[in-house]
Parts: sequence; C-alpha cells; structure tokens
Amino acid sequence: MVTLAAPPNALVDAEPVDETPLVLTAGLTSMDRAFRALLAASGAIVLVLLLSILTFLAVHSWWALRTFKLDFFTGTVWSTPIHPGVLGILVGSVIIATIAITVALPIALAIALMINEYAPPRLRAWLTALVDLLAVVPSIVFGFWGLEALNTYVHAPVAWIAEHLGFIPIFRTTEPSNYSDSVFVCGLIVAIMIIPVVASVSREVMAQAPRDACEAAFGLGGTRWGSITDVILPFSRNGVVGGVLLGISRALGETMAVVLVLSNNNVVSKAILGPGNGDIAKQIADTFPVSDVHSQSELTLAGLTLFATTLLFSLGGRFVARRSVGQG
Amino acid sequence: MADLLVDEMRVPAAFPPDAPNRKRRVSREGVIDFVGAAVAAFAAVWLLFSLAGITFGFGFVFCWAVLGYTFYGILVWRRAGVLLMKDRLATVAVWTGAVVALVALLAVVFYVVAKGAPVVFANFPHFLINDMTGGRSGDAYGVGAAIVGTLEQVGIAALISIPIAFLTATYMVESRSMLSRLVRNIVDAMTGTPSIIAGLFIYILWVIPHGVNGKSGFVAAVTLSIMMIPVTCRAALEVIRVVPGSLREAALAVGAPQWRVALRVVLPTARAGLITAGILGVARTAGETAEVLFTAGGGPHYNWNPIHGNQDDLPLRIFEQVFQPSAKAISVGWGAAFVLMSLVLTLFILARLLGSGGSRRRSFSLWHRSRSADE
Repeated sequence: MVTLAAPPNALVDAEPVDETPLVLTAGLTSMDRAFRALLAASGAIVLVLLLSILTFLAVHSWWALRTFKLDFFTGTVWSTPIHPGVLGILVGSVIIATIAITVALPIALAIALMINEYAPPRLRAWLTALVDLLAVVPSIVFGFWGLEALNTYVHAPVAWIAEHLGFIPIFRTTEPSNYSDSVFVCGLIVAIMIIPVVASVSREVMAQAPRDACEAAFGLGGTRWGSITDVILPFSRNGVVGGVLLGISRALGETMAVVLVLSNNNVVSKAILGPGNGDIAKQIADTFPVSDVHSQSELTLAGLTLFATTLLFSLGGRFVARRSVGQG
Repeated sequence: MADLLVDEMRVPAAFPPDAPNRKRRVSREGVIDFVGAAVAAFAAVWLLFSLAGITFGFGFVFCWAVLGYTFYGILVWRRAGVLLMKDRLATVAVWTGAVVALVALLAVVFYVVAKGAPVVFANFPHFLINDMTGGRSGDAYGVGAAIVGTLEQVGIAALISIPIAFLTATYMVESRSMLSRLVRNIVDAMTGTPSIIAGLFIYILWVIPHGVNGKSGFVAAVTLSIMMIPVTCRAALEVIRVVPGSLREAALAVGAPQWRVALRVVLPTARAGLITAGILGVARTAGETAEVLFTAGGGPHYNWNPIHGNQDDLPLRIFEQVFQPSAKAISVGWGAAFVLMSLVLTLFILARLLGSGGSRRRSFSLWHRSRSADE
C-alpha cells in the first residue's frame, strides 16, 4: 500500500490535518466475481484437458500394464499382442531425438550467433523473421521432402560414412547399400525441423545478454569470439539448455516425418544407418486403428510412456529457461 | 602501473597507428588468407586423390573442407596469434553453419514449390476445385474437398480454442493464485504434446465408442484445438504481459471494476498482438497431420458438413498420396503440400504484418519480445 506523505516544504494550514492513511476498500462487484469465475473456469479447462488425457490413456492401457507389468518396460522387441517390449520402440524414438539434437544444436547456435552478432544489423529483423517462418512449415511437408529428396541426397555421404567410419559401432551396418529410410535419415529430417525452434529460443536469450559487458570485452581488446565465449554464452547458458530440452521434446513426439520415412524392425539395434529401431509415434500411427483391443491397450501404454517422457523434457526445459530469466 | 607504462614505451612500434577497431569490416588480408587456404587445400586434396586414385565424391568435399579449415587456422595463427585464430575460425564456423542450415531449410520450401506449383498451375482453377474423384474427364484430380475440410476444421478449432486461450492467458496475468501458476506450467508443458497423443486421446474417447460414425470434421477440430489452445495461449500471454501496468493502474484508480479493466483496457491495448497470437495458433495447427489421422476420416468426396461423415483435409490428403504407387498420384500430393504450405506461410506473414503494423512498439513480434534497445 503506497501512502502519499505531504511534501516537507508544503504550506501547512493552521488547522491540524488528519494524517491517517485513507484506506480504500475496493470491493469486488458481482460482475467482477463472475468474470473471475469465467477466467478461472477457462484456466481449469486446460487443467482438466491434461488430466483427462492422462486418465483416459491410463484407463485404456490398464490391461497391458496389469498383464505385462514390468516386462512391458524392459522387453526389447515390440511384437504385439504377446510380447510388447516398449524398449524396442522407445530406444528408436530416443535415438532419433538424440541424432536430431546433436545435429541441430551446433547449427542452431550458429544461426543464433550469426543473426545476433555477425550479420549486418539491417538484416537482423529479416533473418529473425525467416527463422520464425521456417518454424511453422508443417511437419508432413518435411517428411514428404525427406522421403523424396533427402533420402537420395544423403545416400553418398551416408555410404561414405559407413565405408570409412564403420569402425565406430554406431556407423556399422549389417546391410551395405541399404542406407535410405534409416533412423539416421529420420534423425536428420527431425534435426532440420527443430533447428528453427532451438535457434529461435537461443537467439532470444542471447539477445538479452548485457551489451555493455560485450562492449567492455571489446574495449579491453577482446575478439568477438572472446566476447561470445566469456559474456554471451555464460549469460545465456540456461536459456539455451531450456531451448534444447524443448527441441528434444519436439523431436521425441515428432510423428509424421518418421511415419513417412522410417522402415523399421522394431528391435533395439546399435546401427543407425540401416533399418532397425522402431519409433513409438510411428507404431501408434501405423497400427493403432487396425489393432485388436489388447494390442490397442499395449500401444496406448507405449503412447503414455512417450507422453510422460516429453512432458518431463518440456517441463524441465521451461524450468531451466525460467531460472535463467530470473538471473538476468 | 609503472611497469605497464614502461612496457608501452618500450614497444611503441608494435602498435599500429590509431585506427578504429571495426569488428564487422573484413580486411583484405583476411580475404586473401581465407581464399588462399581454400585454394591450397583444394590443390592438396586434389593431388592426393589423383595420386591415390580415389574417386571424387563426398569424401573429396569433406577432406577439402577439413583441410582448408586447418590450413586457414594455421595461417592466421602464424600471422596473428592464437586469439585471432580462434576468432577467425569461429567466424568461419558460425557463418558456414548458419548459411548451410538456412539454405537447407529454404531448399525444403523451394523444393515443395518446385514440385507442387507446376501441379497446381497446370490445371489451375480446377486443381483447387475438383475433388479426388477426377472431375468430368476422370483424371483431373484436385484438392478442393481437402481445402474445404481444412478450412472448416481449422476454423472450428479456432472458434473453440481462441476464446479459451485468450481467457486463460488473461487469467494467468490477472491472477496470482496457485491455480494460475499451475495452469501456466501445464500450458507450457502441453505445447510439447506429441500430436499423435492428442489424436490417440480423441480416438479412445470418441471414435472407438461411436464406431463407424465416430469420425467427422468436428471431431478433428476438437483434436486440433488440443494443440491450438496451448500454442495460442502462450503467444497471447506474451503480449498481454507487456501491456504497461500503468494503464491498468490508471483505469483502476478512476474506479473501473476489474472486469472492465481487463476487457476494455488490457485486451484492446494488446489487440494487435492478440490477433497475431490467434493467427499463429491457426498457422501452427493447420499442418498437423497425426491429430487428424485418426479423427477426420478422409475420403475423396466433398463433404461440406463438418458434423457428420468423414471429411478430407490437406495434411491427410498429402499423407494418402505419399504412399500411392503412381507418380501422378504422388504429384497430386506435392500439389496439396504446396497449397498447404502457401496457406500456412500466408497466415504467418499476415500475423507478422498485423502484429508489427498495429503498434508503434515492436514488442508484439511473434514469439518473443524483440530486443528493446537495439544496441
């Protein structure tokens, strides 16, 4: 409560003034109460939505959970309805997300730094808009492009990697010359899709880094790279981590690009250049409507696993990102 | 201090004559270094590959890039020292990475234009009007039914989502209760909901119990709004939050009740940004495929009725065409992809223009407040 004191040099009348602060009791009108209730109700809709998604998925997957218990989460081969092992397809989702973020992170950081620090200031607004624009291109378009174009573009580089870097276990392949439709190609497509997202978040956080500290670094004779490593990156570290976790949650849940491109065996495999690992989202999209009740229950449990994983990542990302804003 | 002065006096010649240190200007030596390193590396790799008899493919480009980068680093290091070497190498890396990525992303857009635009314009108005039964001639396929479906589904989803999203965003700004904070976290988390999960949820909730009549445009719209609400809500939250508190306090001070302050002062002030948020939500969800996969039903025919019967839409149409065996059917898919992408990007640019044109301050940019004092 702010109270206004009389200025010390004001002319004071002879009559004493009552100086107890005036307390205003601004009661809520009935319209106010109705309005607040409306707002709270709309907020509650979102809450109810999330809870009902979780509840319905849980109820529908109850049969699978009760039947297979822990075996469901430790089995490495997904074969419904008798041996559903979610690891067989969860690992695929995780590998795709890992490849995607490994490729996307350095490139997204490069885009963010280029826009903020290297590009001519006149271009900055345009480049920012371009990156945001690319973030809304629908995922099915990326998937279609990946299937028709990227598959052929990457054949030569992937063959080269398999040939010359085959001594590294993940690049070893059991089926030479069959490099398309692999987990690796999926990872690349998803990487291209999440680059704008991660770049956009990182750029925003980096733009809030204190300019005077950068100027000070320049003034002391520092190079631009010095100002980036010693001022901008330490300042924006948490925000970038938040963006990365958001990107991972996007990549984990990405469905269409993977459905279109991946040809899978639904088994856990270390090789990423050939067919092998499955993917939860793809498995649901491909088989759910044509499955029997029990398989549907198992697929729902797999979906719930995926949803829980992405929720964890996106909540974690927001938490970390918000902490960095608090520090700034 | 004394040492420093002595040092400076001892080596005055080491300092170049006073000149402003322009961080963005590229000197002629810098260009020569870079081009020289690239040429040297090209020659070296070419020689090596020719002598060894290796075919010139991806390996050549890869080795050239790595060797050129190394040469350039060594060159700058010998000329100017470690600090500048790091700076130059980082500059090259940042520019290369960013340009390659932006080119790759734009290549996706242009690839779709190159593949899709000829299909659309070869049969111009009819491709956008015919349905998939092939018109009078029997092979003049079109995406008219899909466009109608997308417009109806996304329109209904917007009618459902935008009021809820704006009210929820207002709630998160106006209220500081526990529920408000909880809702905010939930909205954040739900922006990352895998779209297949939303489709799965509505499929279990509605389509399975209703059997063959379960799928319709309206059911698809409800599924889309699961995605649209959090996206729109977050964007709206950003713009409502930057409405100056002084406006709100001024309105409260002259005795306006809270609901009038929110509806007549805060929301109109943020109007441009809210329009942007709404359009952005629509643009983001119009291309969602996994959600309508289980719920819209698809089908080749026109279905103007969103409440009853299967309905086609653009993402679903693309998805159907992708797996067709014939090249002609796939090209229809590219046409549909072009139409969908044009729709989404037009909406996005519209949002951007309305958002920045409607207000003097640039604070209503799409997902973020722009840099306030630009250097």
